Amino acid sequence: MEATTPVQTPPAAGPAAPRPVFEVEGLHIDYTTELGVLHAVRNVSLTVHEHESFGIVGESGSGKSTLAMGAIRYLASNGKVTEGSVRLNGVELLGLSSKELRELWGSRIGVVYQSPLSALNPSIVIGKQLAEVARQHLGMDRAAALARVAEMLAKVAMPDPEAVIKRYPHQLSGGMLQRCVIAMALMTDPSLLIMDEPTTALDVTTQAVVLDLVADLKREFASAILYITHDLGVITKICDRVGVMYAGEFMEQAELHELFKRPRHPYTLDLLGCVPHFDPTPQKRSLVTIPGAIPRVDELPPGCIFAPRCSFVEPACTTARPPLAEVGEAHLSACRRWRIVPPPEEHLRAATEALATAETAEGGKATLVEVDDVLVHFKAARGLIRNREQRLIRAVDGVSLDVRSGETLGIVGESGSGKTTVARAIIGLTPATGGKISLSGRLLEPSTGRRPRSSLREIQMVFQNPDASLNPTRSVGDAIMRPLTLLGGLGRQAAKEKAENLLRAVSLPASYFERLPHELSGGEKQRVAIARAFAAEPQLILCDEPISSLDVSVQGSLMNLLMRLQLEQQTSYVFISHDLSAVQHLSDAIAVVYLGRIMELGDAVRVLTPPSHPYTEALLSAVPLADPDVKQKPIRLSGSVPSAMDVPSGCRFHPRCPRFLGDICVEQEPPWREGEGEHRIYCHIPLDELARLQAETLVLNPEEGGA
Amino acid sequence: MLRFILRRLGFMVVTVILASIIIFWATTILPGDVATMVLGRYATQQAKDTLRTELGLDKPIAVQYTTWLGKYVRGDWGTSVSTDTAVRPVVFQRLRNSFMLAIVAFALYVPLGILLGLIAALRRNTWVDNAISVGSLAFIGLPEFVSGVILITIFAVQLHWFPAQSAIDPQSSFVAAFPYLILPAITVALTSLAYVIRMTRSSTVDVLQMDYVRTANLKGLSPSRVLFTHVLRNSLLPTITVVAIGIGWLIGGLIVTEAVYAYPGIGRLLLFAIQRRDLQLIQSTALLIVIIYVVANLVADILYAVLNPRIRYN
Repeated sequence: MEATTPVQTPPAAGPAAPRPVFEVEGLHIDYTTELGVLHAVRNVSLTVHEHESFGIVGESGSGKSTLAMGAIRYLASNGKVTEGSVRLNGVELLGLSSKELRELWGSRIGVVYQSPLSALNPSIVIGKQLAEVARQHLGMDRAAALARVAEMLAKVAMPDPEAVIKRYPHQLSGGMLQRCVIAMALMTDPSLLIMDEPTTALDVTTQAVVLDLVADLKREFASAILYITHDLGVITKICDRVGVMYAGEFMEQAELHELFKRPRHPYTLDLLGCVPHFDPTPQKRSLVTIPGAIPRVDELPPGCIFAPRCSFVEPACTTARPPLAEVGEAHLSACRRWRIVPPPEEHLRAATEALATAETAEGGKATLVEVDDVLVHFKAARGLIRNREQRLIRAVDGVSLDVRSGETLGIVGESGSGKTTVARAIIGLTPATGGKISLSGRLLEPSTGRRPRSSLREIQMVFQNPDASLNPTRSVGDAIMRPLTLLGGLGRQAAKEKAENLLRAVSLPASYFERLPHELSGGEKQRVAIARAFAAEPQLILCDEPISSLDVSVQGSLMNLLMRLQLEQQTSYVFISHDLSAVQHLSDAIAVVYLGRIMELGDAVRVLTPPSHPYTEALLSAVPLADPDVKQKPIRLSGSVPSAMDVPSGCRFHPRCPRFLGDICVEQEPPWREGEGEHRIYCHIPLDELARLQAETLVLNPEEGGA
Repeated sequence: MLRFILRRLGFMVVTVILASIIIFWATTILPGDVATMVLGRYATQQAKDTLRTELGLDKPIAVQYTTWLGKYVRGDWGTSVSTDTAVRPVVFQRLRNSFMLAIVAFALYVPLGILLGLIAALRRNTWVDNAISVGSLAFIGLPEFVSGVILITIFAVQLHWFPAQSAIDPQSSFVAAFPYLILPAITVALTSLAYVIRMTRSSTVDVLQMDYVRTANLKGLSPSRVLFTHVLRNSLLPTITVVAIGIGWLIGGLIVTEAVYAYPGIGRLLLFAIQRRDLQLIQSTALLIVIIYVVANLVADILYAVLNPRIRYN
């Protein structure tokens, strides 16, 4: 059936049609649980060709990992493939005995996992673990297998493979470990490589390096890649074709570019709209939200499974389930109304609104919090015999910044950069060991315990992990009422009324009042944490990675919530994140921190556009943007943030700096270079020189097309 | 590694010294006067005083303690007032007997516990697992004087397989003593067996759910290779600790069990010494038990470190 809309020819149609390697047809996977039989994956089909990578995106619970693991017949004992066909190089996998499967696993099928540290055995050296594959499948002896391991490690650009072979997993960094796992998976030159969120556990900068590596290996190895991720940005770096999964089924499958530019399913459209668009402008906009939550697979609606949350729904959608059908060349959609699905930009304009940020005129806002040359130094534990000299951990090492009232200051940096410690020093949980912190002009004591109650009320915090920050034995209502009675001085009845209002403000039903945290989803828990923070009517809320552990659609709605509440309450935020997209979306000003020191500070737009500090530039190059048309600079940082016990001399960023000048960077602390407005860069390179070097801007014109 | 061992040795010495202080202090506040106990109620005051001077009981307690500890370290453990023989040979002879009993018990419950624990973990949530778990739980709650009596009733009184009493000559050889060791060893083993089973099961279940076990499976390794190379090494780590800590239990169990079977081990010796207010014997025996306990823990720590590289390089 030919589509009515013109469809671009996919670039993959080369001279010789690529050979299909992995074919899944009509696959059904069931789990037997206490609730009965759950149909976790239903009627799923996909084909991956050699040299091709097929991306499966979906939110948690969409069944993407179950699909991949079920297809290669690795399921928990209560899981079962009930129907369908899976062929690898034409061989049907579903009929194979477990012995025959084991001959395929590790030889024809390689797998790379989410967390490389937990995927490797902690008590066996790397070399032996990798060599096992060569010994098992290539019939090599110990020495030959180890030689093969060294060779593979070199192929994944591992520095000093011979030394790595003798290391234990905990002695390597996350990025190095993931290289080991990739080397292990590719050891036998497999036909199929399954990568299950391989960069999710890594820092943005490391993620960029690993993604580059995978892109290189894709050219070198003929393996078909099945790439599972929740991150639409990562997909654009790796995948040729993408399938969007929802509650156990594919909603849409298309070529990468086609899917991002001409989605034919409302769910895809909404997902694209949930991700902050990288677009440095002082004008803030809300994000697309998807109402409701992914249905449980035992409570699926009768018609289209997305219908209850779909903004294009019509009555006919709720009666019969539409099949995944061809809507264009190599483009499949499970939507009856795919013809009316608008282009993403149009949807974005229609489904989001510009937020009336107060006048952004310079100097318009008063300073709420002033952080002046704050230090947080810890004493390292001393050894009993050696290391007699006390060593200092310089977690925060001279940070000065302002938070203006009613605004958001974003703090970005890799893990280990000290961004969380800055926030903890402001609220006093980790007392500053030097410098001054003042709130509305009043100097604050370093430690929470010595601050007056009124100042406790004025600063609140939302933590990354709501599971850990909500007391599991206290109801939602109790959690919100606590600050009201403790800090707000309200009586029980008044506190209860206020708490109910707060629940409403964070868009949770009043019936949640009596619920316990474990009855809530991750996003709902974080809403409770936000309500609790607002309960004290604070002037400042410190948000420490509040959305990082959540699904994209939930992230979007929480960002909307935070922005709405800020407008209503005129609360200031410090928003800490490693995710530059989220930070740029929410922040008025941004501080880029590295190893306890600010590298760049200023209005969001100024920080995100040249001239930038080389570190900011590297972070910007590493963010995976959810737009295949955007070309990013290939600037990569090697290694990871050094220990805060061994801060490098001169400019502390010099060992990793892509724009390293020479001795001056090693010997002298750089000056603060003042740019327009209050933009400041901590670098030896003058601003106009930086601007010239960075002339090639980040966001290129969309006409250029994908790389 | 050497630094690690040295550090642990240091801790061990401190522990033993602390324990020796407590033991010494506790024995001095035991009710009853030693001189009266030894010489009888009608002894003259002068005779009692002479004996006290002889035993050093008139000196300040700190002096008594250091004198005692110094002699203990040099191997001079004094003379038992109740048997009028040198303490050290008696203690070591009884220690040997307890050791024989412990070895048999150990050889019973450690391999059996690990095996049953593994079976339960590999067949988790099946009837096999349930049977093992329920069975082992039942024994955890059963004190030795109850299980001992039950075993005697069944295997000695009813079936006549083993002797009901184990009051052997303290100098018997291991071979000669062996038949008498079986019932008490089973009694001691039962309680510890349950701990080993439960620990092995839970740690193995945890490890089986680890990502690296999935990695090992998806390498295409055979199930037995996955079990032996990847699972056991990690899952037996906590079990080793439990076994070592269990040595304390074992000693406690020995004291009760030896009493039930009238077996001439160190436990029964300690009980005897306490009943007789025999200070020298109590102190020497108790401190020896402490040393054994601490050494067992040290060995467990070192073993754990050897098997667990994350600790070794700390």
